[in-house]
Amino acid sequence: MKRREFLKSTAVFVAGASISVSALDFIDPKEILAANPDLRWGFLVDTHKCVGCGFCVKACKIENDIPYDANVTRTWVERYVIKKDGDVVMDSPKGARDGYTSKLLDQNHSGMLQVPDEEIAQAFFVPKLCNHCATPACVQVCPVGATYQAADGVVLIDRTWCIGCGYCIMGCPYGVRFFHPVEHVADKCTFCYHRISKGGNTACAQACPNGARRIGNLKDPNDPVTVALMTQRVGVLRDEYGTKPQVFYLGLNKEVR
Amino acid sequence: MKNHVWRPLFVVIAIVIGILLFRAFYVPSDFGAQERGYTFGYHRLSNEQEWKDYPAKYKGNDYCNECHDDKIEELESAHHATIPCENCHGAAFDHPDDPEKLVIDRSRGLCIRCHSELIMPSSDRNDIPGIDPAEHNQGEECSECHNPHNPSLEDM
Repeated sequence: MKRREFLKSTAVFVAGASISVSALDFIDPKEILAANPDLRWGFLVDTHKCVGCGFCVKACKIENDIPYDANVTRTWVERYVIKKDGDVVMDSPKGARDGYTSKLLDQNHSGMLQVPDEEIAQAFFVPKLCNHCATPACVQVCPVGATYQAADGVVLIDRTWCIGCGYCIMGCPYGVRFFHPVEHVADKCTFCYHRISKGGNTACAQACPNGARRIGNLKDPNDPVTVALMTQRVGVLRDEYGTKPQVFYLGLNKEVR
Repeated sequence: MKNHVWRPLFVVIAIVIGILLFRAFYVPSDFGAQERGYTFGYHRLSNEQEWKDYPAKYKGNDYCNECHDDKIEELESAHHATIPCENCHGAAFDHPDDPEKLVIDRSRGLCIRCHSELIMPSSDRNDIPGIDPAEHNQGEECSECHNPHNPSLEDM
Protein backbone atom coordinates (compact mmCIF):
# COMPACT_ATOMS: atom_id res chain seq x y z
CA MET A 1 0.00 0.00 0.00
CA LYS A 2 1.30 3.38 -0.90
CA ARG A 3 1.50 6.15 1.64
CA ARG A 4 -1.02 8.25 -0.26
CA GLU A 5 -3.56 5.43 -0.33
CA PHE A 6 -3.00 4.67 3.36
CA LEU A 7 -3.70 8.27 4.40
CA LYS A 8 -6.75 8.38 2.15
CA SER A 9 -8.37 5.24 3.52
CA THR A 10 -7.53 6.27 7.09
CA ALA A 11 -9.24 9.61 6.57
CA VAL A 12 -12.33 7.91 5.09
CA PHE A 13 -12.46 5.41 7.96
CA VAL A 14 -12.15 8.08 10.65
CA ALA A 15 -14.79 10.23 8.96
CA GLY A 16 -17.18 7.29 8.60
CA ALA A 17 -16.66 6.14 12.18
CA SER A 18 -17.24 9.60 13.63
CA ILE A 19 -20.54 9.97 11.73
CA SER A 20 -21.88 6.68 13.03
CA VAL A 21 -20.94 7.63 16.60
CA SER A 22 -22.74 10.96 16.39
CA ALA A 23 -25.75 9.26 14.77
CA LEU A 24 -25.98 6.84 17.68
CA ASP A 25 -26.01 9.76 20.12
CA PHE A 26 -29.76 9.95 20.73
CA ILE A 27 -31.26 13.45 20.80
CA ASP A 28 -33.57 14.10 23.72
CA PRO A 29 -36.24 16.66 22.69
CA LYS A 30 -36.68 17.72 26.31
CA GLU A 31 -32.99 18.61 26.51
CA ILE A 32 -33.16 20.80 23.43
CA LEU A 33 -36.28 22.55 24.69
CA ALA A 34 -34.72 23.10 28.11
CA ALA A 35 -31.69 24.72 26.50
CA ASN A 36 -33.98 27.01 24.54
CA PRO A 37 -36.34 28.58 27.09
CA ASP A 38 -39.19 29.19 24.70
CA LEU A 39 -42.54 30.40 25.86
CA ARG A 40 -45.98 29.85 24.36
CA TRP A 41 -48.91 30.37 26.68
CA GLY A 42 -51.81 27.96 26.37
CA PHE A 43 -54.90 27.20 28.41
CA LEU A 44 -56.62 24.00 29.44
CA VAL A 45 -60.27 23.84 30.52
CA ASP A 46 -61.67 20.73 32.17
CA THR A 47 -65.41 20.86 31.55
CA HIS A 48 -66.05 17.95 33.93
CA LYS A 49 -64.63 19.92 36.85
CA CYS A 50 -66.54 23.14 36.17
CA VAL A 51 -69.48 23.45 38.55
CA GLY A 52 -70.77 26.76 37.20
CA CYS A 53 -70.04 28.85 40.31
CA GLY A 54 -68.93 31.80 38.16
CA PHE A 55 -66.17 32.89 40.56
CA CYS A 56 -63.86 33.05 37.54
CA VAL A 57 -66.08 35.60 35.79
CA LYS A 58 -66.36 37.72 38.93
CA ALA A 59 -62.61 37.60 39.56
CA CYS A 60 -61.83 38.48 35.93
CA LYS A 61 -64.13 41.49 36.00
CA ILE A 62 -62.63 42.87 39.20
CA GLU A 63 -59.03 42.04 38.28
CA ASN A 64 -59.21 43.67 34.86
CA ASP A 65 -61.50 46.62 35.69
CA ILE A 66 -64.32 45.47 33.43
CA PRO A 67 -67.47 47.41 34.42
CA TYR A 68 -69.21 45.00 36.77
CA ASP A 69 -72.80 45.59 35.78
CA ALA A 70 -72.28 46.30 32.09
CA ASN A 71 -73.21 43.41 29.82
CA VAL A 72 -69.61 42.77 28.73
CA THR A 73 -67.11 40.26 30.04
CA ARG A 74 -63.73 38.85 29.04
CA THR A 75 -64.65 35.34 30.13
CA TRP A 76 -67.96 33.62 30.70
CA VAL A 77 -69.43 30.22 31.47
CA GLU A 78 -72.09 28.57 29.34
CA ARG A 79 -74.57 25.97 30.54
CA TYR A 80 -75.61 23.23 28.14
CA VAL A 81 -78.60 21.01 28.78
CA ILE A 82 -79.03 18.16 26.30
CA LYS A 83 -82.44 16.58 26.44
CA LYS A 84 -83.17 12.90 25.89
CA ASP A 85 -84.88 13.74 22.59
CA GLY A 86 -81.64 15.37 21.38
CA ASP A 87 -82.65 19.01 21.80
CA VAL A 88 -79.89 21.30 23.08
CA VAL A 89 -80.74 24.22 25.33
CA MET A 90 -78.04 26.59 26.54
CA ASP A 91 -77.81 29.82 28.47
CA SER A 92 -75.30 32.13 30.09
CA PRO A 93 -77.12 34.77 32.15
CA LYS A 94 -74.80 37.78 32.76
CA GLY A 95 -71.99 35.52 31.51
CA ALA A 96 -72.49 33.50 34.74
CA ARG A 97 -71.05 36.37 36.79
CA ASP A 98 -73.31 35.33 39.68
CA GLY A 99 -73.08 31.62 38.97
CA TYR A 100 -75.90 29.25 38.11
CA THR A 101 -78.42 29.27 40.91
CA SER A 102 -81.64 28.33 39.14
CA LYS A 103 -82.95 25.48 37.04
CA LEU A 104 -84.56 28.04 34.75
CA LEU A 105 -82.67 28.57 31.51
CA ASP A 106 -82.54 32.16 30.28
CA GLN A 107 -83.73 32.15 26.65
CA ASN A 108 -83.56 35.93 26.22
CA HIS A 109 -86.64 37.25 24.40
CA SER A 110 -88.51 33.94 24.62
CA GLY A 111 -88.36 34.06 28.41
CA MET A 112 -87.26 31.48 30.97
CA LEU A 113 -87.39 27.79 30.20
CA GLN A 114 -87.31 24.89 32.59
CA VAL A 115 -86.34 21.47 31.33
CA PRO A 116 -88.03 18.82 33.54
CA ASP A 117 -85.40 16.84 35.49
CA GLU A 118 -86.41 13.52 33.94
CA GLU A 119 -85.91 14.83 30.39
CA ILE A 120 -82.26 15.78 30.96
CA ALA A 121 -79.77 13.39 29.36
CA GLN A 122 -76.63 15.49 29.79
CA ALA A 123 -75.94 18.83 31.39
CA PHE A 124 -72.61 20.55 31.89
CA PHE A 125 -70.80 23.88 31.97
CA VAL A 126 -68.29 25.22 29.46
CA PRO A 127 -66.06 28.16 30.43
CA LYS A 128 -65.07 30.37 27.52
CA LEU A 129 -62.31 32.93 27.05
CA CYS A 130 -60.04 34.25 24.33
CA ASN A 131 -58.36 31.35 22.51
CA HIS A 132 -55.15 33.31 21.79
CA CYS A 133 -55.10 31.59 18.40
CA ALA A 134 -51.85 30.76 16.60
CA THR A 135 -53.24 32.53 13.50
CA PRO A 136 -55.67 35.06 15.03
CA ALA A 137 -58.30 36.34 12.62
CA CYS A 138 -58.91 39.40 14.80
CA VAL A 139 -55.30 40.59 14.50
CA GLN A 140 -55.17 40.32 10.73
CA VAL A 141 -58.12 42.68 10.25
CA CYS A 142 -56.83 45.52 12.46
CA PRO A 143 -56.20 48.47 10.11
CA VAL A 144 -53.94 50.43 12.49
CA GLY A 145 -51.71 47.83 14.18
CA ALA A 146 -53.45 48.24 17.54
CA THR A 147 -54.03 44.55 18.20
CA TYR A 148 -51.17 42.13 17.87
CA GLN A 149 -49.69 38.86 19.03
CA ALA A 150 -46.68 38.97 21.31
CA ALA A 151 -43.81 36.52 20.81
CA ASP A 152 -45.21 34.31 23.61
CA GLY A 153 -48.52 33.89 21.76
CA VAL A 154 -50.69 36.26 23.81
CA VAL A 155 -52.95 38.48 21.73
CA LEU A 156 -53.14 42.00 23.15
CA ILE A 157 -54.68 45.38 22.30
CA ASP A 158 -52.79 48.67 22.43
CA ARG A 159 -55.37 50.95 24.05
CA THR A 160 -53.57 54.11 22.97
CA TRP A 161 -53.55 52.95 19.35
CA CYS A 162 -57.04 51.42 18.93
CA ILE A 163 -59.42 53.63 16.96
CA GLY A 164 -62.49 51.60 17.93
CA CYS A 165 -63.49 50.59 14.42
CA GLY A 166 -64.76 47.21 15.62
CA TYR A 167 -63.34 45.11 12.77
CA CYS A 168 -61.66 42.75 15.26
CA ILE A 169 -64.90 42.36 17.23
CA MET A 170 -66.56 41.18 14.02
CA GLY A 171 -63.54 39.15 12.94
CA CYS A 172 -63.28 36.92 16.01
CA PRO A 173 -65.14 33.64 15.38
CA TYR A 174 -65.51 33.06 19.12
CA GLY A 175 -67.10 36.39 20.03
CA VAL A 176 -64.60 37.06 22.80
CA ARG A 177 -64.00 40.69 21.86
CA PHE A 178 -66.22 43.55 22.90
CA PHE A 179 -66.23 47.32 23.03
CA HIS A 180 -65.02 48.54 26.43
CA PRO A 181 -67.70 50.96 27.66
CA VAL A 182 -65.26 53.05 29.71
CA GLU A 183 -62.00 52.91 27.75
CA HIS A 184 -63.84 53.22 24.39
CA VAL A 185 -61.57 50.68 22.72
CA ALA A 186 -61.86 47.03 21.75
CA ASP A 187 -61.15 44.75 24.71
CA LYS A 188 -60.55 41.08 25.37
CA CYS A 189 -58.88 38.55 27.64
CA THR A 190 -55.13 39.10 28.04
CA PHE A 191 -54.48 35.76 29.80
CA CYS A 192 -53.85 38.17 32.71
CA TYR A 193 -50.56 39.16 31.08
CA HIS A 194 -49.61 41.23 34.13
CA ARG A 195 -49.90 38.16 36.35
CA ILE A 196 -48.50 35.34 34.21
CA SER A 197 -45.46 37.36 33.12
CA LYS A 198 -44.54 37.66 36.81
CA GLY A 199 -44.88 33.93 37.41
CA GLY A 200 -48.45 34.12 38.70
CA ASN A 201 -51.69 32.50 37.69
CA THR A 202 -54.54 34.08 35.76
CA ALA A 203 -57.23 35.59 37.99
CA CYS A 204 -59.86 33.16 36.67
CA ALA A 205 -57.71 30.08 37.19
CA GLN A 206 -56.75 31.26 40.66
CA ALA A 207 -60.37 31.85 41.63
CA CYS A 208 -61.49 28.41 40.41
CA PRO A 209 -62.00 26.14 43.45
CA ASN A 210 -61.97 22.97 41.34
CA GLY A 211 -58.99 23.39 39.01
CA ALA A 212 -61.19 23.52 35.92
CA ARG A 213 -59.00 26.25 34.43
CA ARG A 214 -55.24 26.03 34.03
CA ILE A 215 -52.65 28.07 32.18
CA GLY A 216 -49.31 26.71 31.10
CA ASN A 217 -46.32 27.03 28.82
CA LEU A 218 -46.95 24.77 25.82
CA LYS A 219 -43.24 24.77 24.93
CA ASP A 220 -42.25 23.30 28.29
CA PRO A 221 -42.75 19.52 28.03
CA ASN A 222 -42.84 19.19 31.83
CA ASP A 223 -45.60 21.75 32.31
CA PRO A 224 -48.72 20.04 33.71
CA VAL A 225 -50.86 21.60 30.97
CA THR A 226 -48.54 20.36 28.22
CA VAL A 227 -48.42 16.91 29.78
CA ALA A 228 -52.22 16.81 29.86
CA LEU A 229 -52.42 17.94 26.24
CA MET A 230 -50.01 15.22 25.14
CA THR A 231 -51.55 12.39 27.13
CA GLN A 232 -55.28 13.13 27.15
CA ARG A 233 -58.04 13.64 24.62
CA VAL A 234 -58.60 17.34 24.14
CA GLY A 235 -60.64 19.38 21.71
CA VAL A 236 -60.72 22.98 20.56
CA LEU A 237 -63.60 25.23 19.60
CA ARG A 238 -64.45 25.87 15.94
CA ASP A 239 -61.43 24.13 14.48
CA GLU A 240 -62.87 24.63 10.99
CA TYR A 241 -62.08 28.34 11.05
CA GLY A 242 -58.37 27.57 10.82
CA THR A 243 -57.44 29.99 13.59
CA LYS A 244 -55.58 27.27 15.54
CA PRO A 245 -57.01 28.12 18.97
CA GLN A 246 -54.71 27.56 21.95
CA VAL A 247 -57.41 27.05 24.58
CA PHE A 248 -57.97 23.32 24.87
CA TYR A 249 -60.98 21.55 26.35
CA LEU A 250 -61.21 18.24 28.14
CA GLY A 251 -64.60 16.60 27.71
CA LEU A 252 -65.78 18.78 24.84
CA ASN A 253 -69.07 17.84 23.19
CA LYS A 254 -70.03 18.36 19.58
CA GLU A 255 -73.02 20.38 20.82
CA VAL A 256 -70.68 23.06 22.18
CA ARG A 257 -70.13 25.93 19.79
CA MET B 1 -44.15 72.99 -17.88
CA LYS B 2 -46.22 76.04 -17.22
CA ASN B 3 -47.10 77.74 -13.98
CA HIS B 4 -50.59 76.29 -13.77
CA VAL B 5 -49.07 72.81 -13.52
CA TRP B 6 -46.28 73.67 -11.08
CA ARG B 7 -48.36 75.54 -8.57
CA PRO B 8 -50.79 72.74 -7.63
CA LEU B 9 -47.89 70.29 -7.79
CA PHE B 10 -46.03 72.32 -5.14
CA VAL B 11 -49.13 72.20 -2.96
CA VAL B 12 -49.33 68.41 -3.31
CA ILE B 13 -45.63 67.99 -2.54
CA ALA B 14 -46.00 70.23 0.51
CA ILE B 15 -48.95 68.16 1.76
CA VAL B 16 -47.03 64.90 1.29
CA ILE B 17 -43.98 66.27 3.11
CA GLY B 18 -46.26 67.56 5.85
CA ILE B 19 -47.89 64.14 6.31
CA LEU B 20 -44.53 62.39 6.36
CA LEU B 21 -43.21 64.87 8.93
CA PHE B 22 -46.30 64.42 11.11
CA ARG B 23 -45.94 60.63 10.81
CA ALA B 24 -42.27 60.78 11.80
CA PHE B 25 -43.15 62.64 15.01
CA TYR B 26 -46.41 60.83 15.78
CA VAL B 27 -45.46 57.18 15.21
CA PRO B 28 -43.20 55.89 18.02
CA SER B 29 -39.82 54.48 17.06
CA ASP B 30 -40.63 51.01 18.42
CA PHE B 31 -43.70 50.69 16.19
CA GLY B 32 -43.41 48.09 13.45
CA ALA B 33 -43.44 44.41 12.59
CA GLN B 34 -42.11 42.48 15.62
CA GLU B 35 -41.43 38.78 16.22
CA ARG B 36 -44.73 37.54 14.82
CA GLY B 37 -44.17 39.34 11.52
CA TYR B 38 -46.19 41.92 9.67
CA THR B 39 -49.46 39.97 9.70
CA PHE B 40 -49.68 39.22 13.43
CA GLY B 41 -46.96 41.28 15.09
CA TYR B 42 -47.37 44.81 13.68
CA HIS B 43 -47.52 46.94 16.82
CA ARG B 44 -45.91 49.28 19.30
CA LEU B 45 -43.48 47.07 21.23
CA SER B 46 -43.61 49.06 24.48
CA ASN B 47 -47.32 48.23 24.83
CA GLU B 48 -46.36 44.71 25.92
CA GLN B 49 -44.59 46.19 28.94
CA GLU B 50 -47.56 48.44 29.65
CA TRP B 51 -49.80 45.37 29.92
CA LYS B 52 -47.24 43.65 32.15
CA ASP B 53 -47.36 46.64 34.50
CA TYR B 54 -51.15 46.47 34.92
CA PRO B 55 -51.90 46.35 38.67
CA ALA B 56 -53.10 43.02 40.10
CA LYS B 57 -56.06 43.04 42.49
CA TYR B 58 -56.27 39.39 43.47
CA LYS B 59 -53.12 38.48 45.38
CA GLY B 60 -53.70 34.78 46.09
CA ASN B 61 -53.62 32.61 49.21
CA ASP B 62 -49.84 32.95 49.55
CA TYR B 63 -50.27 36.67 50.07
CA CYS B 64 -52.92 36.05 52.75
CA ASN B 65 -50.58 33.56 54.35
CA GLU B 66 -47.93 36.23 54.95
CA CYS B 67 -49.96 37.60 57.89
CA HIS B 68 -52.88 35.23 58.44
CA ASP B 69 -50.78 32.06 58.49
CA ASP B 70 -52.55 30.91 61.68
CA LYS B 71 -55.94 31.01 59.92
CA ILE B 72 -54.67 29.26 56.81
CA GLU B 73 -53.07 26.49 58.83
CA GLU B 74 -56.22 26.07 60.91
CA LEU B 75 -58.37 25.74 57.81
CA GLU B 76 -56.04 23.46 55.87
CA SER B 77 -58.26 20.42 56.37
CA ALA B 78 -61.54 22.34 56.25
CA HIS B 79 -64.27 21.31 53.86
CA HIS B 80 -63.99 24.54 51.91
CA ALA B 81 -60.17 24.64 51.84
CA THR B 82 -60.13 24.44 48.04
CA ILE B 83 -61.94 27.77 47.74
CA PRO B 84 -59.42 30.64 47.59
CA CYS B 85 -59.75 33.14 50.48
CA GLU B 86 -60.45 36.06 48.16
CA ASN B 87 -63.54 34.45 46.62
CA CYS B 88 -65.52 35.26 49.77
CA HIS B 89 -63.32 37.76 51.63
CA GLY B 90 -62.91 39.96 48.56
CA ALA B 91 -59.95 40.84 46.39
CA ALA B 92 -56.97 41.99 48.47
CA PHE B 93 -55.98 45.03 46.36
CA ASP B 94 -53.36 46.67 48.62
CA HIS B 95 -54.73 45.33 51.88
CA PRO B 96 -53.80 46.03 54.69
CA ASP B 97 -52.93 49.58 53.52
CA ASP B 98 -55.80 50.13 51.13
CA PRO B 99 -58.40 48.87 51.95
CA GLU B 100 -57.63 48.48 55.65
CA LYS B 101 -60.46 45.99 56.05
CA LEU B 102 -61.87 43.64 53.47
CA VAL B 103 -65.64 43.31 53.13
CA ILE B 104 -66.68 39.67 53.46
CA ASP B 105 -69.47 38.52 51.18
CA ARG B 106 -71.82 36.61 53.51
CA SER B 107 -74.80 36.69 51.16
CA ARG B 108 -76.96 33.71 50.29
CA GLY B 109 -76.19 34.47 46.65
CA LEU B 110 -72.56 33.56 47.20
CA CYS B 111 -73.31 30.13 48.71
CA ILE B 112 -75.92 29.10 46.15
CA ARG B 113 -73.43 29.68 43.33
CA CYS B 114 -72.47 26.07 44.07
CA HIS B 115 -75.12 24.81 46.48
CA SER B 116 -78.29 25.50 44.55
CA GLU B 117 -79.33 22.03 43.47
CA LEU B 118 -79.21 21.53 39.70
CA ILE B 119 -79.55 18.33 37.73
CA MET B 120 -76.20 18.30 35.94
CA PRO B 121 -75.24 14.78 34.90
CA SER B 122 -71.79 14.77 33.22
CA SER B 123 -70.65 17.62 35.49
CA ASP B 124 -69.08 17.61 38.94
CA ARG B 125 -71.86 19.97 40.00
CA ASN B 126 -73.99 16.88 40.56
CA ASP B 127 -71.71 15.75 43.41
CA ILE B 128 -72.02 18.97 45.41
CA PRO B 129 -74.65 18.91 48.18
CA GLY B 130 -77.43 21.19 47.01
CA ILE B 131 -80.61 22.83 48.25
CA ASP B 132 -83.56 24.53 46.64
CA PRO B 133 -82.99 28.20 47.59
CA ALA B 134 -86.73 28.90 47.32
CA GLU B 135 -87.54 26.31 50.01
CA HIS B 136 -84.47 26.03 52.25
CA ASN B 137 -84.83 28.60 55.10
CA GLN B 138 -85.68 31.39 52.74
CA GLY B 139 -84.60 34.89 53.72
CA GLU B 140 -81.97 33.76 56.21
CA GLU B 141 -78.24 33.94 55.78
CA CYS B 142 -76.55 30.57 55.39
CA SER B 143 -73.87 31.52 57.92
CA GLU B 144 -76.48 31.72 60.70
CA CYS B 145 -76.45 27.91 60.83
CA HIS B 146 -73.46 26.83 58.76
CA ASN B 147 -69.82 27.67 59.45
CA PRO B 148 -68.68 29.01 56.07
CA HIS B 149 -65.27 27.36 56.40
CA ASN B 150 -66.62 23.99 57.49
CA PRO B 151 -70.29 23.99 56.63
CA SER B 152 -71.36 20.43 57.37
CA LEU B 153 -73.78 20.60 60.33
CA GLU B 154 -72.68 17.14 61.50
CA ASP B 155 -69.15 18.42 62.13
CA MET B 156 -70.27 21.27 64.35
